[in-house]
Amino acid sequence: MELVKVNNLRKVFPKHKVTAVDGVSFSVNEGEVVGLVGESGCGKSTLGRSIIRLIHAEEGNVFYKGEDLLKLPRRKMRSMRRHLQMIFQDPYTSLDPRVRIGDILEEVFIIHENFSRGERRRKAEEALETVGLGASYLNRLPSDISGGERQRIGIARALATDPEFIICDEPVSSLDLSVQAQILNLLTDIQKRKNLAYLFISHDLGVIGAICDRVMVMNAGRLVETGTCENIFKDPKHEYTKRLLDAVR
Amino acid sequence: MIKYILRRLIGLVPLLLGISIITFAVIHLAPGKPTDLEAQFNPKVSLEARERLNHIYGLDKPLHIQYIDWLKRLSRFDFGISFTDSRPVIAKIAERIPITLGINLASIILILLIGIPIGVSSAVKEKSFYDRSMTVFVFAGFAIPTFWLSLILMDIVGVRWGLLPVSGIKSLDFDKFTSVEKIIDIVRHLALPVFVSAFGGLAGISRYMRSNMVHVLKQDYIRTARAKGLSERDIVYKHALKNALLPVVTILGLSIPGLIGGSVIFESIFSIPGMGRLFYESVMSRDYPVIMGVLVIGAGLTLLGNLLADISYAAVDPRIKLEN
Repeated sequence: MELVKVNNLRKVFPKHKVTAVDGVSFSVNEGEVVGLVGESGCGKSTLGRSIIRLIHAEEGNVFYKGEDLLKLPRRKMRSMRRHLQMIFQDPYTSLDPRVRIGDILEEVFIIHENFSRGERRRKAEEALETVGLGASYLNRLPSDISGGERQRIGIARALATDPEFIICDEPVSSLDLSVQAQILNLLTDIQKRKNLAYLFISHDLGVIGAICDRVMVMNAGRLVETGTCENIFKDPKHEYTKRLLDAVR
Repeated sequence: MIKYILRRLIGLVPLLLGISIITFAVIHLAPGKPTDLEAQFNPKVSLEARERLNHIYGLDKPLHIQYIDWLKRLSRFDFGISFTDSRPVIAKIAERIPITLGINLASIILILLIGIPIGVSSAVKEKSFYDRSMTVFVFAGFAIPTFWLSLILMDIVGVRWGLLPVSGIKSLDFDKFTSVEKIIDIVRHLALPVFVSAFGGLAGISRYMRSNMVHVLKQDYIRTARAKGLSERDIVYKHALKNALLPVVTILGLSIPGLIGGSVIFESIFSIPGMGRLFYESVMSRDYPVIMGVLVIGAGLTLLGNLLADISYAAVDPRIKLEN
């Protein structure tokens, strides 16, 4: 069943005269992992952020279960965020350096749930366990832990509200290769276990091939080709896709 | 951490010695002697009497001996005796400090209470008309000379409107007041000086706050907070303010010397018997022990304030480690 449907989305940065997202349409089904690939600056991240309104897109619609997110009043959008989460690229900068891990996770429940203090703590511990970390992390600051651990916290935070759709914005590109594999495995495990839908943004075709069902190729703000991983990798139709594939061969 | 603080404290000693040598030399190089007022301008005083005076004050010894004598006394925390009224320097300073300290504390509190909200709101509405007007407002305060603004306000508020007293820190009949009236009286006297000095200091804090806040609001973790579903108010006041405010608070360490230093111009205009006026008077009468006392205390506080700013900066920022 169709979970998220993006229709003719457009985002212009007038200051730089760039149309970062130029009339993009696609949909993501429940439990489906869709890859979004393209070179740096092609508008992948802007597209991801516009979908969940971290950036304001001028035109288009984003339907989540039939409801247009871009037309929701602010307050409603805030509570809607529990269903659509995002895992960010840089685990070093995307966690507030002054807030302890436990409080980072508990804050999610303060926003979206009516839990007691004890329940919040327990839920935070649970969230840590889902990503392979323990309660000993609750009182640490982001600066006390490694990049891989930080990204696990980023994942735990995104998962804490039980979302159905997660945008993974280059979640492994700032990590070491060995850690990359661990995080990718973790993301795949969680996806299978909870039947989540991912929009997986990456410039790395290897990563996309390893985890995605379908892949979309983006160039200069437009989707130039869409298909199953197999089809795209074996039989690319568009010039840009061919060049992209040649570059890694 | 303790090792670091100790090392820095030990490092302060040669620095203070150097400062005291230079200031000691400079004030003794200045033309005129403390004895001039009593001797030079009085034709009836004989040469012999003049030399006797110099001897009493120890001014007949070579300069370096005078310095070492002064240093010996200082090592026992003895700042010496004032030449002008033979009272201990420390007592003269001690009676002035509360006045200057009180005014400066009040002014800093006012600066924080007004400057921080201005900085935060300007950052949130960056580049808006509001932001630009606030910039003009705080820089006007920074650029307008204190003495000019003081005189204008004294004329308008004090003389034409007759709302506030224009000089001193208490009324002539202060002693007859009840304690509530006394407080009101002091507040009324200090209102103008505190306002003027706070207005001038607004630019520093509010601009620093604004630029910190603008920087913090662009951080990735603010985007994360937004993605979590936090309201803009909570994003600004819970995540951003915490990160932007602490560096601002730490620079308060730098304002410690100013707290008791006082301003010569300022205190002269409003006839406030504070540290600035004491320094001015002692310079005019070449009262060496008082000048040195004020300067050494000022230098010591400046250095301590810098150290405090460094330490507190590291204490509030988990990313900074002081060990090296």
